[in-house]
Amino acid sequence: MYEIVDKRTIGPNLTQYQIKAPRIAKARKCGQFVIVRAREHGERIPLTVADTDPETGTITLIVQTVGKSTLEMSQLKKGECFQDVVGPMGQPSHIDKFGTVVVIGGGLGTAVVLPQAIALRESGNKIISIIGARTKELLILQEQLGAVSDELILTTDDGSYGKKGLVTDALQELIDDPKVDVGAVYCAGPVIMMKFVSLLTKKYNIPTVVSLNPIMVDGTGMCGGCRVTVNGQSKFACVDGPEFDGHQVDYDELMDRLTTYRKQEQESLERFEKQHNCKLQR
Amino acid sequence: MVDKGNGDGKLTAKERLAIERQKMPEQDGIERSKNFEEVNLGLPEEIAIREAQRCLQCKKAACVEGCPVEIDIPGFLKLIAERDFLGAAALIRQDNNLPAVTGRVCPQETQCEIKCVRCKSGAPVAIGWLERFAADYEIAHRKGRPKTTAVKTGKKVACIGSGPAGVTCAGELAKMGHDVTVFEAFHKAGGVLVYGIPEFRMPNRIVEDEMENLKSLGVKIETNVLVGRTVTINQLMEQEGYDSAFIANGAGLPVFMKIPGENFKGVYSANEYLTRTNLMGAFQFPKYDTPIIAGRRVCVIGGGNVAMDAVRTSKRLGAEESIIVYRRAREQMPARVEEVHHAEQEQIRFEMLTAPVEVLGTEDGWVRGMTCIRMELGEPDASGRRRPIPIEGSEFLIECDLVVVAVGTSANPLITQTTPGLKTNKWGYIETDDNLMTSIPGVFAGGDIIRGAATVILAMGDGKKAAQSIDAYLNGRLRYNG
Repeated sequence: MYEIVDKRTIGPNLTQYQIKAPRIAKARKCGQFVIVRAREHGERIPLTVADTDPETGTITLIVQTVGKSTLEMSQLKKGECFQDVVGPMGQPSHIDKFGTVVVIGGGLGTAVVLPQAIALRESGNKIISIIGARTKELLILQEQLGAVSDELILTTDDGSYGKKGLVTDALQELIDDPKVDVGAVYCAGPVIMMKFVSLLTKKYNIPTVVSLNPIMVDGTGMCGGCRVTVNGQSKFACVDGPEFDGHQVDYDELMDRLTTYRKQEQESLERFEKQHNCKLQR
Repeated sequence: MVDKGNGDGKLTAKERLAIERQKMPEQDGIERSKNFEEVNLGLPEEIAIREAQRCLQCKKAACVEGCPVEIDIPGFLKLIAERDFLGAAALIRQDNNLPAVTGRVCPQETQCEIKCVRCKSGAPVAIGWLERFAADYEIAHRKGRPKTTAVKTGKKVACIGSGPAGVTCAGELAKMGHDVTVFEAFHKAGGVLVYGIPEFRMPNRIVEDEMENLKSLGVKIETNVLVGRTVTINQLMEQEGYDSAFIANGAGLPVFMKIPGENFKGVYSANEYLTRTNLMGAFQFPKYDTPIIAGRRVCVIGGGNVAMDAVRTSKRLGAEESIIVYRRAREQMPARVEEVHHAEQEQIRFEMLTAPVEVLGTEDGWVRGMTCIRMELGEPDASGRRRPIPIEGSEFLIECDLVVVAVGTSANPLITQTTPGLKTNKWGYIETDDNLMTSIPGVFAGGDIIRGAATVILAMGDGKKAAQSIDAYLNGRLRYNG
């Protein structure tokens, strides 16, 4: 059992958990994730590790409530436990010296790029961060990411905060800026966002790293449920990734595969909401 | 003096020879294809005694040689015939930590039973069924769990993986007095016994019971530890004080066919299909959270036991038609005869000498069928089986909405990548010497990770042998000769 030592709400449907998991806290490197099963009848879901503290043996997870499992998870209180947490999984991030790196986080993807930004900065890169969200309340980790960035750009689709527009608009401006020489882009967020960021950077031949989020079961390579097509070849995101060259990923296939269980997910959520007399805030 | 009933000693060889092989009661084929309850119902006591009486008690018992863990077969059959069922179970346990498992899933027809002298003039003694009988009787009637009186040696051993190889090794080492911890990546111990082999062949409660027996022997089981990521072998040995390690992490990664369309929704590896169903309980969705696409017309590609498990699972998940697609002929199928027979009784369709060339999809990305090609058999290949050759122009369509790929597995590179100095062969399987020691002193390996996908009992044989080697190594009787 894995104790929730701290839990706080950081936005609408966004919860940050600090979990006691000493082995993972010690072993985890930037870019890796864990698989969590909150309850005995639960499913295994992959979650990015946003931070770790080997001293206290804790890991930080940021979870967006989107369906049955994450809703059930959000009802667990501080002091209660997750049934299972296993990891760290996946390959650590490839951190290199590129000069200036633009780090882009869309929604919850910001929790993926924050540790990357820290590692990239430690390797001597200049960091420009872009955080995008639909609306102001969904922008997360701006303070933390701002603290490790030379420049922080915020965008909202509805213009409720920062620049109005998409992260790709902000990225285009940076690429067009003669004073900025973008050496690489690290990007995590909704698949559609990663796709359009990659399409943009490909035009300028800017190396782009994306962190993919396919459906997973075991996370150890033994099932292939998370397979993605990269450069025409089938790869398992849980062992070969989750980070890949953004210019080689088949995003349309990934988006399609993510809809596989949409009907069951809906059924499961509705059943839970009815039983527990609660609703996911939509 | 206890009345021994049809006591063993009263029968002459002629009388024993006159007894026909008894039948295993089983659920009706059509009925059972709708539930996940066990197919084989087990032998009733009197039938078990009758079957055990068929054993001729050979002085030099060939059946024992056929068993990879060398159970005293005539010994336990004699005890069953004498109605001492708990005694029979205890005798089996001296050599085998998982009798309720092996009695169910061993391919006895190619191991112990094929060596039985009664094969010469009829059917062999049903050793597997009787082993299962004794083990099940023990589960229902035992007083207390197995204990060990071995003197503690103070030596620590890590077993990586809680499948048949890992737990066998762990049990043997515990009986020798060593301090053993089993590390398992999943949240439940048992390896293929819990994620792979379906409930209708291997009920999870049986595996759970055997894991309790293991703990009773003093073995610690730590789940949710992915060795290679959570902790490395080196860290276990250098930082956590383990004196030796046994790597038994299984065969690992599923192999796909590398044909177009394999990433359409509705194409599963057998590992994923079975893991969702067995380990995650998807057959009870939405009571259990893990969903599964059941399929109305299901094609399973392959001819091994995994393919049989997957195709029979699909039927139980409600498929109207379930089809095995296999590129060789019936005679070359690696699956157990009993499993193929059971599949047939459950109205599984067999498309033999057939290979998929493309998976076809709908506009919204779901499987709608497969283009297949007919094959003919040519000369024997490296595996000794006749090579299938495509018949030009014989392409045809099989309509289906689910495809399960069960064409094999390859070595999981996680441990080898993170253990410097660990030698592997060209397929990525770990190399060991005759004592199952790897290229690293004190680190041993066994089961599918050294031999590729094989059987539960071969993995258990490795586990037992590794335990003997590890014990010798820890006592300074076995040296590293790398």
